[in-house]
Amino acid sequence: MGYTLNFNLIWRHFDKLWGGLLLSLELAVISIAIGIVIGLVLAVWYVSAGRVVRAIIAAYVEFIRNVPLILLVYLVFYGLPTVVDLAYSAPTSFVLTLSVYSGAYLVEVFRSGLEAVPRGQLDAGKAIGLTPWQRLIHVRLPTMLRITLPALSNTFISLFKDTSIASVISVPELTYGAQWINFNTFRIVEVYLVTTAMYLLTGYTLLFALRLVERRFRAAR
Amino acid sequence: MASSNDNPALLDIAEVSKSFGSVSVLRSVSLQVAKGEVVTIIGPSGSGKTTLLRCVNFLESYDSGSIRIDGKEVGFRDGGARQRRSERDLAAMRAETGMVFQSFNLFPHLTAAGNIMLGLTKVRGKSKTEARSISEHWLSRVGLAHKADSLPAELSGGQQQRVGIARAVAMEPKILLLDEITSALDPELVGEVLAVVRSLAEDGMTMVMVTHEMAFARDASSRIVFMADGGVSAVGPPKEVLAAETTNERLRAFLARFRASHF
Repeated sequence: MGYTLNFNLIWRHFDKLWGGLLLSLELAVISIAIGIVIGLVLAVWYVSAGRVVRAIIAAYVEFIRNVPLILLVYLVFYGLPTVVDLAYSAPTSFVLTLSVYSGAYLVEVFRSGLEAVPRGQLDAGKAIGLTPWQRLIHVRLPTMLRITLPALSNTFISLFKDTSIASVISVPELTYGAQWINFNTFRIVEVYLVTTAMYLLTGYTLLFALRLVERRFRAAR
Repeated sequence: MASSNDNPALLDIAEVSKSFGSVSVLRSVSLQVAKGEVVTIIGPSGSGKTTLLRCVNFLESYDSGSIRIDGKEVGFRDGGARQRRSERDLAAMRAETGMVFQSFNLFPHLTAAGNIMLGLTKVRGKSKTEARSISEHWLSRVGLAHKADSLPAELSGGQQQRVGIARAVAMEPKILLLDEITSALDPELVGEVLAVVRSLAEDGMTMVMVTHEMAFARDASSRIVFMADGGVSAVGPPKEVLAAETTNERLRAFLARFRASHF
């Protein structure tokens, strides 16, 4: 074997990876936050709406789930500005795409959670005289959250990893930083080992934090 | 035409009918309950007992007839046309009745006190401190003062059900509806729940309950209603209705089957 690992060049350019990781997290946090709003609003609307609204929301979810994210990223960044007169930066374009993308997945998570809230609890809310809005805020959503937290954690981790796709439109996040170092140093094994470790550590940290939140929700105070 | 009567019934169920598709579950049921009465509904499963109870606070709608509490129609607007009340109105009407459920239905994310406080703060508009002290009062009344900050998952079935009762009565409802509240409990926990119901009855709380606890029904009720096939088949004081020599064939069969399986 003639290949010896040499990480020196990686450390010299480590700021590309570190800065990239921070940008990845930023992209994920903003997109997921917007996605949560989209998901919650549409899920609540879905469970109380008629057939037409349900069909429209279902169509949105199915469209997103059946089209690869990378294609959506290309469509929004290269396609959309040529059709409508819009100009946005690559990071903005990606956040827009990932928000709409995560919204579709989160609608599904929230919707199934809302439907899993036992009917008896809703009856109890009605019986003490809560209005529909109060039942939603004080009974249905809290229970839905407890039910969906595990699925929610998985979706968040998966969306964080999806930020790597931003590299295809030159957003300087973690994967793009890794590619840059690779092109400039040709230390392909080293750079992707380090990058993998960084994704892994971040993912684990996120998962650990989310599990703590889950446990807090379940356990006694 | 409403309540010019001298002694109007607090709860007035008049010719209520309801069907699920082609299955008729309530057939022109009429029943009046006076203030302070404890009325127990018995009958074979599928006779419409629970459905009737759920119509009283409009958890279920009905096809015809009327249900009035203090002269006010529960689910439909006053006046001629049969028009469902707005959700806001319905919520306000439901706050006048309390309900205790077979499966407790406590809010799992709230403590025992929190379960009781929710309606007091959001529906009755009480301050947190006031709601807290009311909930502590009722929790001690049902023997659970020390469990105020426990979550439902940390309580036994009997304790959960006592919180369920406290949650309902803390709202000071005009009528308390009890839907087979001991059916989901282990036999050794039934007594503690029935003791609470008995003490509420002694306080003069108006109650309508569905139960399979015949001994309790006999001792605690002012009247017993026997339902069969969606209709009221017999009604009267416990001694009359539960008498072994009744001429009502259905009732006799029900009681015979009941004695055979429970004694």
